[in-house]
Amino acid sequence: MATQLVIYEEEAGRIQDVCNRLAADASARMVFLVDKAGQLLATAGQVQGLDTTSLGSLTAGNVVTMGGIAQLIGEPEFPNQYHEGANESLYMSVVGARVVLGLIFANKTSLGLVRLRARKAADELAKIFEQMDSKAARGGPGALAEITDEDIDNLFNE
Amino acid sequence: MSHINYAAKEINCKVVYYGPGLCGKTTNLQYIYNKTNGDTKGKLISLSTETDRTLFFDFLPLSVGEVGGYKTRFHLYTVPGQVFYDASRKLILRSVDGVVFVADSQLERMEANLESLENLKTNLADQGYDLGKLPFVIQYNKRDLPNAVPVEELSAALNPGKVPEFQAVAPTGVGVFDTLKAAAKLVLTELRKSR
Repeated sequence: MATQLVIYEEEAGRIQDVCNRLAADASARMVFLVDKAGQLLATAGQVQGLDTTSLGSLTAGNVVTMGGIAQLIGEPEFPNQYHEGANESLYMSVVGARVVLGLIFANKTSLGLVRLRARKAADELAKIFEQMDSKAARGGPGALAEITDEDIDNLFNE
Repeated sequence: MSHINYAAKEINCKVVYYGPGLCGKTTNLQYIYNKTNGDTKGKLISLSTETDRTLFFDFLPLSVGEVGGYKTRFHLYTVPGQVFYDASRKLILRSVDGVVFVADSQLERMEANLESLENLKTNLADQGYDLGKLPFVIQYNKRDLPNAVPVEELSAALNPGKVPEFQAVAPTGVGVFDTLKAAAKLVLTELRKSR
């Protein structure tokens, strides 16, 4: 069963730094990171005008679908995917089996450069997620324990 | 897989609407979408066929307010109900935090309900989940139809575990938000326990 993903302030900053650097180094229009449930974890670059929530959900849907196809042909996963558009293209890479790193880049940008930089960033991110998981396993700050039944009841109050 | 972001003070959870074909899963999401303020909802995405049958999933991101200072957002998904889309259904159940089973109250859909519920258990088990341990609510939809089976009978057949159950008429919204609220509460209660 998938375990809960917990992001702490320190790691959130490091993840953002990696994404910012990747956007610059790979000359990407935008870099994004989603978990496999489709929830957006970070973005960098030119995000304006993009529906990033839908982008996250559809990216995750795509990656799990391709994972399903991979398993049908005897592969554990397709860890990297590339989709070529007329003007812009999308590169996706699975990081540490639980999150997906995506890059949107103009076609004048070299795919080789994108792949190279994405791989380097994915390695860095995988390490950060490992550390975050072990921190969460140790307990971390359990703020949610303070949430009361009343707090939950008050949600949806119209 | 819920995701808690202490840096952004956000909680994100995934709830899946499951059930047989044409039971009203997409209609539930459409009603929620239509009745929710613009700033609290995202775009409703429907990956459907030309005849509006769900092909892969419908997706609706929904902010439900703050709980304990955390912005709380639910990602609502439906699965395609038709039997031959089983591979897609299985994928959508990945990383799920809570399930709403939408049953079709019509007598002639009883078998389809039972089959879909069994399919839900099997597909969850394949992902390592046990339906008995997952936040789970049942909705008996289409209560306005003349051939609707009495709720007691539906409950005896589909809800032996006595999870929260709701009667609904999804196109007019009866029971839609009650179902969602119950599922959301169970998910958050479970999340609190796990932290």
